[in-house]
Order: sequence, then structure tokens, then C-alpha cells
Amino acid sequence: MENLERVLAEHPFLKGLEARHIELLAGCTSNVVFKPGEFIFREGEDADKFYLIRHGKVVVETFVPQKGPLLIRTRTKDDVFGWSWMIPPYKWHFDARAMELTRGLALDGKCLRGKCEEDHDLGYELMKRFATLIAERLEATRLQLMDIYGDHS
Amino acid sequence: MATTHKNNSLAGPEGSDVMMVRPFKIRRMIKETDDTFSLELGPRDGTRGFSFEPGQFNMLNVFGIGEVPISISGDPTKTDELLHTTRAVGTVTKAMKKLKVGDTIGIRGPYGKSWPVREVEGYDVVVVAGGIGLAPLRPVIYYLLANREKYGKIVLLYGTRTPEEILFRKDLEKWRARFDLETFMTVDRATGDWRGNVGVVTTLIGRAPFDHLNSAAMICGPEIMMRFTVLELQKRGLVDDKIFVSMERNMKCGVGLCGHCQLGASFVCKDGPVYRYDQIRGIFTKREL
Amino acid sequence: MSLTEKQYAPKAVVARKDFQSLLDALLSQKYEISGPVVRDNAVVYDRISQTEDLPIGWIDRQNHGTYHLSRNKKKSLFGCINGSHTWKKFLYPMEKLVLEARRDGKKIELQELPNEEPRQALIGVRSCDLHALQILDKVLIEGPYADLSYSRRRKNLFIVAVNCSRASGNCFCVSMDTGPKATSGFDLALTEVIDDDNHYFVCETGSESGLAILKQIPHHEASVEELAAADKAIQNAVSRMGRSLKTDQLPEMLQRNFDNPEWEKVGQRCLSCGNCTMVCPTCFCTTMEDRTDLSGQVMQRWRKIDSCHTVEFSYIHGGSIRSSGMSRYRQWMMHKLAYWPEQFGTFGCVGCGRCISWCPVGIDITEEARTIENSE
Repeated sequence: MENLERVLAEHPFLKGLEARHIELLAGCTSNVVFKPGEFIFREGEDADKFYLIRHGKVVVETFVPQKGPLLIRTRTKDDVFGWSWMIPPYKWHFDARAMELTRGLALDGKCLRGKCEEDHDLGYELMKRFATLIAERLEATRLQLMDIYGDHS
Repeated sequence: MATTHKNNSLAGPEGSDVMMVRPFKIRRMIKETDDTFSLELGPRDGTRGFSFEPGQFNMLNVFGIGEVPISISGDPTKTDELLHTTRAVGTVTKAMKKLKVGDTIGIRGPYGKSWPVREVEGYDVVVVAGGIGLAPLRPVIYYLLANREKYGKIVLLYGTRTPEEILFRKDLEKWRARFDLETFMTVDRATGDWRGNVGVVTTLIGRAPFDHLNSAAMICGPEIMMRFTVLELQKRGLVDDKIFVSMERNMKCGVGLCGHCQLGASFVCKDGPVYRYDQIRGIFTKREL
Repeated sequence: MSLTEKQYAPKAVVARKDFQSLLDALLSQKYEISGPVVRDNAVVYDRISQTEDLPIGWIDRQNHGTYHLSRNKKKSLFGCINGSHTWKKFLYPMEKLVLEARRDGKKIELQELPNEEPRQALIGVRSCDLHALQILDKVLIEGPYADLSYSRRRKNLFIVAVNCSRASGNCFCVSMDTGPKATSGFDLALTEVIDDDNHYFVCETGSESGLAILKQIPHHEASVEELAAADKAIQNAVSRMGRSLKTDQLPEMLQRNFDNPEWEKVGQRCLSCGNCTMVCPTCFCTTMEDRTDLSGQVMQRWRKIDSCHTVEFSYIHGGSIRSSGMSRYRQWMMHKLAYWPEQFGTFGCVGCGRCISWCPVGIDITEEARTIENSE
């Protein structure tokens, strides 16, 4: 358990969190391993976790009928993915699939939601981090939408 | 860290006609992607080679059709071959794509300010390219690798729209295999069989391995991409006078006489195309300038 | 200037009746002479050989979008200030062949272009237009690359300047510090004086070749009275400027007003016709046109005068940088008054007023600058 706390505390996403909060998080954390090609979650399933990648590569994608998967964003070492756990109705909107052998930590969303309600300081700290993450995703998505390398003639 | 302006042998000495071209023979036509190709050229008029600085461009004349500015995409340490990479999108570049090996193209140049490769010696160098923007930056990579010991880390961040639009695949493979150059690539969109990164090129900057206190960045791509790249580099702590961008404007003469390429008070052909960001940040986001 | 004046002093007086001998002297030196002539109810610049070719007895009335010639009693040779033409057409023609190649199978032969440029004498160049030529010199000769044909024509040029003794309703050379008296850049400078019975020119010499020509013309040393009459004539022009422009801090004022909503208003009035660029003595923008003969064997590249008011001017793949008329008018005006000083150390406007007269909707660059400043 001590080891898990250290890994959490050192992760860039959680840097700066108080020790007591890390301890709370550790209580909701488990180690995970995904084989290449393995789905981590699928669209429509309950979103009850988020993930910190320690190494490997994950792609967030959506399946387009007759075309196959459309890759939206890849995540690698030190990245975080999954934020549907904090927003009702707590369902995954996309698929996540390991592109290579991926190890990481899964944080239990259900458990965290309860702890954030009890301890708003923790809730605020997590919310700040996820807000930054979501803003970054939004900006990147807007840039993708602009299709800046496209043929505009 | 001012960029240098070098008056090259072709740059028109006193009393010469600046519109006169040198005839070059097409030695090789290289299909890079669906609509992008490279021309390898050699001089027809004897043995005089061609030297240029990374980032400079030439005016290329397809006789009877027209003339366009195209950046030089080859190795600046080789003076016996001249490489240009462009997309076939206008009248002239479309006509150029139809030319055959052995055909003649008129060349004037090299023109314009170059990337500050000598000024950034001792620094980590971050090269950020979007789409065809890799073409004017490839000479930088060649130059940096030829003078590898003079630089800190070298990082190449390259983004394209799709995997099919990635330029210079052979070079990229070689570069990715090197330990003294960190290459990161990403595409805006991909389908199932793509194994690489997905996401816009700016998403590579946050994690790129460089020391922000001792780095210089060179950016080339669509203007929007450069704007957002600058923002990300600033977030990483890079200062504006260590960021360089390459601008594109309409050009008819390449030598400051036709007036078309004006960008505020500067002429892209002679004051650019490479600008130090702090010197144009006031006009960088001005609309319809 | 005092140096030059000393060098070529003293000022001379040439009688009206001897004016033809000036033209004759220039003709004998194999100059092609051009000067103002009346055509289609306006003054244009064209080849002349006789004094009678000049707009004798005409004066111009200019205002916003208007230009009229009228007769006056005085039989002045240089009563008209200017018209829609500028002298740049003699130095930087509307069209110029810049490259020619012939195809021989796969081989392309580049042709040697004729490099003889004409020896030209320009008669009646006003001080504003002299400044315009000096501005063009900075652009076309003094940069890192020079235009060869322009430089050669410029070197061959003989200039007879004329100091203005009246001003048009659109003149503002006093604001731009470009006139009405010619101070340099001429071979000879004339001030036309018409008293009750006298009609003569006070003639200042600005170069060795000017002095050589003067020596071939009947003249006498100017008297104190004659000099005073010439000064008085010039003072008349100074006091009658039709327009004014505040140039102090002007570039800075415009730069900080790039996004001023007033630009939209003038943008809506502007027709993007490009007249202002065509009549401007400093506008230098050009484009290129490629031509091939029917056999495809001869290929030519022509340089043509262009205008920043066209959409195509700023086109790069994907669209035009300046797609709105507003942005194009702003570019034109900002270039003249804000960017030019940074580029070439001088304004790109000499206060000749042509763009105001020949604008079909009467847009006035001096008014626009004032409007922007007042709306800050």
C-alpha cells in the first residue's frame, strides 16, 4: 500500500496533493495491465474508473459503422484518461483500447465520488485537475475540427 | 539570435538582372504523398553548384506558365543537388507535377532569411512541423545532425492530417532510429490499423523532452497551427525570442520589389520568411493584415 | 541644398519667349522629352517637342472625386498642378518584358533582353513628384535587390522641375514636407512668374548636366526683384493648400488603430477599383504575366503594374489574406502612412492629392486619417 501511495504522489496528474488525500485515493486504487488490443472500456458501459498510465499506449476511439474504428486520441506514459466517472450518468462515451502492453493504475470512480462528497477539499483538487484536462481535450478537439492541413481550395 | 541574411552567388550582384533565371534540369521526380512531390534539380549551365541556408526559398519558373516561391527541402551540406517539395494545388505547381525527368525549370534564388541554426548552437532545439511545413524544416534537421555536437537535445515534433500525408518517410524512419534525435509524430485522424499517435501536433509539446530554460523552437505549418504551437511552447516556459516561425504570403518577385508579400511593415521575401516570434507577435494574430 | 546652390549658382532668368530653346537644347542632346499635355479634358504626361504642346492657359480644379480643367486669362505654361498620370510610367512602365525563353525540344534557351533604356527628359515635374521619384528610388534601387531597367532609366533621366505657384483643392505637400518648392533631385527647376507685362522663369540649376543645358539657352542672372517675385509665387501655393494631414506620430496612431471600427465605414464606401493605386506616384506593386506564342516555342514573362485593392493580390493557397474590401483599403492607407516609414524611412505619400481627385467616391486619405484619430 505504501508503494501505491508513492506512485500516486509522484504522478504528474496528482502532484501537489496533500498526503491525506493521496492516502484516500490509494484506498480506491488498483494496479491494472492490458494486453495489446484489449479493450479497457467500451462506449455505453458504466464509467466507474479513471486511469493513470505508467507505460504503454492507449487509444480512445469510436466505431463507425461500415468503416471501423476512428481513432480520436492516443494516450501514453504519465497520461490520464477517462473522466465520465465524475459526470452523470457515469457512462463511457467512447471506446478505449490498449495499442500495446499497457500498465497503469485504475482509480475507482464510485468510491471516489463518495470521498469527494465527504471531503470537498479533495473534490476541489480533483476537479481542478480534471478541468485542466478537459480544457486541453476541448482545445485539441477544436484544432482537429479545423482540419488545418486540409485542402481548403 | 538575429537571423542572417546571406547574399548568395545567385542573389544578383550590382548591375545584374534580378528577374533572370538559371536553367535547371529535373533529375528526379519523387512522389511524396497523393498531392505532394519533390523535384531533384541539377544546374544545366555548367558545374556551379547551389548553396543555401536552411529555410531559404527559390523562385521556380515553369516556362510559359508562371513562377512560384518554393522552400528548399534538401540537404544544405550538399551543393550538387537541389531539392524542392511542394503540393500541386495551383496552376504552376500542377504544371510542375506534370514535368518529366530531363525537363527544364528556371531557378532564381536562394532568397529570404534562414532558420537561426548557428545562433542556437548550445541550445536544445525543438523543431515543430505541421503537414508540408516539414519541407522547409528538413534542411534544419540535416544541418543539426551534420553538426550534432554543437547542440543539446534535438526534438522533432511532426503532425499531419492523416498517416497517408506524412512526408519524407525514409528520413523519418532513419531519424526515429537515432539516439541523438527524438522524433515524435502524430496525426489528426486515423483508422484502426494506425499504430502511432493520434491528436493534433500541439499535444506533443507538453511532454517533449527539452529544457525550457535552454531551448529554441522552430515552427512551420499552417498559421493556425503555428499560433497554437506558440501558445503551448509558452506554457512550457519558452521565451518569445527563442521561438521562430516561418510565414507564407503571395509572392511575385521574391526580392522585395513587387509588394505582394507585405506583412505589416515587413516583406516576407526579404525580412522573412523566418521571423523571430517576439518581432512579429504584435501582428501575428492580426486579421487580414 | 546650400552646397548644391553654391555649386551651380547663380539663379538665372529665362524669358517665356526662350522656353522653346530649352526643349531644343534637350532635343539636341537626344532626349525624349515628355511633359504635361491636355487630353480628354485632363492633363496627362506625354511626348512633347513644342512649347505649344503644353497646357497653355489651362488650370485644374480638383476636389473630392472631381477634376476639371478651365481656362484662365494668364497664358501660363504650368498652371495645371497635375492629372491622373504620374511620372513613374516613364521609369517603371505599365508593362515590361522581363524574361524570354525559346523552347528547342527539351532544351530551353534563355534570350538576352535588349538592355538599352531611353534617355528621357521630364518637363514640369512638381516637388511632390520629385519626392515620389526619390521614394521609388529607395524601393527599386536602394534595397538589397535593384530593378535594372528602372535604375538605368533613372540614371539617364533629365528633370526640369517646376515650383508650384498655386495649389489644387487636394494638395497637401506642405503637410508632407514635400513641396511646393523643389529642393533637390532636379537638373533644372523653374518658377513661372507672370506679372502685368512680364512672363519669365526663374531657373535654378541642380546638376552639371542642368548647367550645361542652361548654357545653351538665352538667360540672364536673376535680379533681386525677379527672385522676390518667384518666392512670392511659391508662397502663394504654400498658403493655398487644399488639404492638410497631421504627420506627427501618424504611423503610431494608425498602428494602434488597426482594429478601429471606422475602417469598416470607409471599407463600405471603397469600390476596390484601384484608381488610387493607379494615380499614386509612389505605388510600385507589380504582378507577373506569362505568355506563350501559339506554337508554344516562345515564352515571355511580363511585369505589370498591380493593385493591392484586388482580391487576387494577397491570394495564397486556400484563399486571399485580405478578402474584405475594408482590409484592402486599410492595407493601402496603412502602407502609405504607417508601414512605409518603417520600410523606407519616409512616408509613402507625397501629398499630391491625386488619389482624392480620382477616387470615384471621393475618399480622402487626409480625412480618413483624421476620422480614425478623432474616433480614438
